[in-house]
Amino acid sequence: MSHDAPSRDPVARLEGVRVRYAKTEALRGIDLEIPAGSMVGLIGPDGVGKSTLLSLMSGARALQEGEVHVLGGDMRERSHRLNVCPRIAYMPQGLGKNLSPTLSVEENLQFFARLFGHDADERRRRIDRLTCATGLDPFLTRPAGKLSGGMKQKLGLCCALIHDPDLLILDEPTTGVDPLARAQFWDLISDIRETQKAMSVVVATAYMDEAQGFDWLVAMDDGRILDTGTPQEILDRTGTHALEEAFIALLPEEKTQGYEPVTIPPLQADGTDIAIEARDLTMRFGDFTAVDHVSFSIHRGEIFGFLGSNGCGKSTTMKMLTGLLSASEGEAWLFGNEVDSHDISTRRRVGYMSQAFSLYGELTVRQNLDLHARLFHVPADAIAARVAEMVEQFELGPVLDALPASVPLGIRQRLSLAVAMVHKPELLILDEPTSGVDPVARDGFWRLLVELSRRDKVTIFISTHFMNEALRCDRMSMMHAGKVLDSDTPARLIEKRGADNLEDAFIGYLLEAEGEEPEKHDTAADLAAAPSEPAAAATRSPFSLQRCLTYAWRETLELQRDPVRATLALAGSLILMIVIGFGITMDVNELSYAVLDRDHSALSENYALDIAGSGYFVEKAPIRDYDDLDRRMVDGELALAIEIPPGFGRDLTAGHEVTIGAWFDGANPQRAETVKGYIQGMHQHWLAEQARQRTGATLGSFSIENRYRYNPDVQSLPAMVPIVIPLLLLMLPAMLTALAVVREKEIGSIINLYVTPVTRSEFMLGKQAPYVALALVNFLLMVLMSIFIFDVPVKGSFPALFLAAFIYSVSATGMGLLASAVTRSQIAALFLAMIGTMIPATIFGGMFDPVSSMEGMGRIIGEIYPASHMFTISRGIFAKALGLSDLRSSFLPLALSAPTIVGIAILLLKKQEA
Amino acid sequence: MRRTLENIYRLGVKELWSLRRDPIMLGLIIFAFTFSVYTSANALPETLQNASIAIVDEDESPLSQRIISAFYPPQFLTPKMIAPAEVDPGMDAGKFTFVLHIPYGFQRDVLAGHSAEIQLSTDATRMGQAFTGSSYIQQIVSAEVSEHLNRYRSGDPPRVDIALRARFNPSLDKSWFGALARIIDQITMLSIILTGAALIREREHGTVEHLLVMPVTPLEIMLSKVWSMAFVVLLASMLSLLLIVQGLMQVPVAGSLPLFFTGAALVLFATTSLGIFLATLARTMPQFGMLIVLVLMPLQMLSGGNSPRESMPQLVQDVMLLAPTTHFVEMGQAILFRGAGFGVVWPQFLAVTVIGAVFFAIALARFRSTISAMT
Repeated sequence: MSHDAPSRDPVARLEGVRVRYAKTEALRGIDLEIPAGSMVGLIGPDGVGKSTLLSLMSGARALQEGEVHVLGGDMRERSHRLNVCPRIAYMPQGLGKNLSPTLSVEENLQFFARLFGHDADERRRRIDRLTCATGLDPFLTRPAGKLSGGMKQKLGLCCALIHDPDLLILDEPTTGVDPLARAQFWDLISDIRETQKAMSVVVATAYMDEAQGFDWLVAMDDGRILDTGTPQEILDRTGTHALEEAFIALLPEEKTQGYEPVTIPPLQADGTDIAIEARDLTMRFGDFTAVDHVSFSIHRGEIFGFLGSNGCGKSTTMKMLTGLLSASEGEAWLFGNEVDSHDISTRRRVGYMSQAFSLYGELTVRQNLDLHARLFHVPADAIAARVAEMVEQFELGPVLDALPASVPLGIRQRLSLAVAMVHKPELLILDEPTSGVDPVARDGFWRLLVELSRRDKVTIFISTHFMNEALRCDRMSMMHAGKVLDSDTPARLIEKRGADNLEDAFIGYLLEAEGEEPEKHDTAADLAAAPSEPAAAATRSPFSLQRCLTYAWRETLELQRDPVRATLALAGSLILMIVIGFGITMDVNELSYAVLDRDHSALSENYALDIAGSGYFVEKAPIRDYDDLDRRMVDGELALAIEIPPGFGRDLTAGHEVTIGAWFDGANPQRAETVKGYIQGMHQHWLAEQARQRTGATLGSFSIENRYRYNPDVQSLPAMVPIVIPLLLLMLPAMLTALAVVREKEIGSIINLYVTPVTRSEFMLGKQAPYVALALVNFLLMVLMSIFIFDVPVKGSFPALFLAAFIYSVSATGMGLLASAVTRSQIAALFLAMIGTMIPATIFGGMFDPVSSMEGMGRIIGEIYPASHMFTISRGIFAKALGLSDLRSSFLPLALSAPTIVGIAILLLKKQEA
Repeated sequence: MRRTLENIYRLGVKELWSLRRDPIMLGLIIFAFTFSVYTSANALPETLQNASIAIVDEDESPLSQRIISAFYPPQFLTPKMIAPAEVDPGMDAGKFTFVLHIPYGFQRDVLAGHSAEIQLSTDATRMGQAFTGSSYIQQIVSAEVSEHLNRYRSGDPPRVDIALRARFNPSLDKSWFGALARIIDQITMLSIILTGAALIREREHGTVEHLLVMPVTPLEIMLSKVWSMAFVVLLASMLSLLLIVQGLMQVPVAGSLPLFFTGAALVLFATTSLGIFLATLARTMPQFGMLIVLVLMPLQMLSGGNSPRESMPQLVQDVMLLAPTTHFVEMGQAILFRGAGFGVVWPQFLAVTVIGAVFFAIALARFRSTISAMT
């Protein structure tokens, strides 16, 4: 693997690079020259700044301080970044981080190939070549999310290699992948380097042992470089034999103070007392078997290890033992009792610590310990003593009142262990407790475990994917694809396979488990077979329709495969339209009323009859007395009570003044105003009628002819529908589009925007397009609903309405883009999109009061907000039978708003991580 | 049994701590019960404010001048005088909600006792203003014309008066209704969001799994979230009613507050269960957010808080009887606005209790069956 590379120009040069995140400093002054054409490893535990360094080199992260030169240019310059990004491939940390889990292998590869501007034939050729070389070709139709960890990483590599990069940057590509897949991955990389000798590879890794074979290493800790050189140089300098030891030797003194290698006294047990026994334990999720007939037994006081890759069934087995999951098949015993998820009492004998530190981040260290002690029913008077004991044993004194999130990972892990131990369990189940912790802290953690096991006789069942941790166990099981391959002491396992070390032994078992050795691809030949054409010229053009459509295509596929979003997208507006259509009604009718008639004359009955004749009121049984009136109004039974005084008919005929009493329910003032209007109208009508009968037509000589235009029956629905459609056409597309962009930020695939030639406008417009189409489908559905369910026809020009809906949908989705450009989390984007559309639309958009009746700021917002114009257009076309030319004055501002909003959104989106 | 109660209490206290350290949720609670209550009291669409009116005056007589000058702010904008040809375009573009057309010779005809007619056109797509506005306009015009006539001749109008008295809110002050209706809405909204978020937060942090390996049962976990979040919402709504609504806004409350909050506690049992249920359907906060939009809007709009139930189609009315909010709105309005006692609202209490029990049972069953898949 070694090349005589360092003589050439460096592929990357860093000078005085510093990066600060909020309070922490990730890089504290890095000066580094990375040799070209070689395989360079960045080693060090998680969180020391490796990823930050790589993201700076790839151009994904914006430079804060210092200089970074990559491939002969300054990465600060936008033009240089644009020029070199097709020559750099970056595979971020995390399994399949830049892939789309719902897209198939083929679709993921197509996506990247299209982004780099290859035509269909070239894409086919490259995809076939890479998938053959990596052995992915039988799985082209499988969704990326359903691949094993190793296959995901191979796919990630294929996606990175699709454009023949000169610099390949891999960030922890093998973390959490089983040893066989890891070995295959490195073989693949070296084969590729055989065919493309000029390519430089920079890899970050937390597995020190695999860095042994690299050309050149950079050891990092705490944002600084500890040492650089070939692996041999580093070993020689530190006088050690393994890189992990060398790394510990390189650490500054204060970190290694009190450090000593872990030694494990031999187990003093007779081996007959069984703590855990599992027999044919099986777990199926649907047709997927996660754990397949697993059997093992663990002796009391033993440290028993489970070694396996991510997703091999380790966690599932542990969950079955704790009763978290009920086994589909098989049995397990804890201390001789059969495991039963409903049995609470055995849980008190078990302590459990899971992969994700299950601490309450909102509670302080002390509160966490206290809560757990109480939930495990440690006697109240013993709690304080127990907590104090834990604090002492696990050295938590200094952080007792801190929140877990604010303390370093290593301490947080000790706290998790303390929490799991607070009730003094006899058995401790630890699910990958040490992932992500530096070697020194990991060894410290192991010393605690040894103490618990040997001194306190606690049985420990631990899972890990680190070989050197598995070596420390008394006995261990190797697990793969839901099956236990073998269980024994680590030494015996190595012996059985006749291997040099545990890793080789595991690989031997894996090969055996997979049947005969898979047909070895002649990778080099596969890769060499087709000389590749250079990427198409499209990569350089300022706006590429192909890249834009690529994003649109991908977004469409993802949306189709996400049931919750798809449902909201299609059914949301229909459901809400029904709800609002029926829910906001201003119709006031079927009001119940009753009369307290204390006169009983012909005239009083005539008055009562007049009310009954109006269509708005429904008469109830007559009121008996004031108490009755009171009671029935409090009850809500009556909305209106009319009292006709005694002697009403007599006084009226005599020309005396009389007063009728009318009580109406004023609880809801808006409704009451309408009721008041009805009563006054009726009363006037009755008076006019009386006057006409008595005195002739002198006063009635003038009349007001009221014409309700556009909606002659003054019904709610014809008035509501034309505003509900624009309202929903604004809110839902904005929310969905906002999620589309921020989701990429949350799951990490936004990185593709940072490191591929796609521009911000291609990205945004591509993402937007499917939602505009969807909004139009929704619009058509809503119009159909309004015609056939609500019986509200479109009186004016439908093409004009459709055109307006199209422009408006661009604005609405543009507001979603805007919301997503400025937020980081989906929930924030959702919230902002909802508030940002609903409030201006309902308050200032002229939904209830016309914009012309507003003043000040509200008026200005109303005048420029697209929803106000869409309300006018929608009302005009639905109810007023208008067309395009009548509504010119509303179309113009609407048409202006769409590009403005989208343009601002594009400008606010960043092409690099801040 | 004592252990169960103790666990429920402990876990509930833990929820309260979690909430205390969640600034977004705290902000939402405070916003919902202070600012939102205060503004919505005044933000209800005014029935008639700044209504835009245009007048076509072909008569140009003292009477028509008199009519024109009768329209002024704040109910109406100063009338725009327009030509007959401007009526249709203006109304089409939504510039004027009302147009009053006074024909040539109107004053002459009225004084001569001939029949004269004023035409009022109302844009009925503006529901908020159309109905009340046009009846206002008719009254104003009638009054002006009658007074004008009275100067020329003394008449003898029938002397029947009508004394209109609005009960429960004599001056028809909108802020009374708005503030109290909003409190009822916020109780529903927050109890669903807080409880659901409490469960999803726990799931996202992986602590559900952790709880399940401890000697606590799903029932205890669920009850602890129900009581703690219901407690927070009750407390916040009480403070809001006492300090914001009664204190700051001086809105009188007709009925007994203890009775109202007892009813609210029963409703909270149902809505917090609903929150748990929704949280088991959603896998993440964003999904929960979308579900909330689809569930909360129907609950609030169709339960009668905004528009009266009797105006909705029968089917909608019947379906909404299954929602706790429908009964809550009825109960709340009866107690707070009309001073109803337990003798009046007991059917709602009963309904809410039954619905709460059913919701809780469904949510618990769903929670139990999905909890192992939550990790």
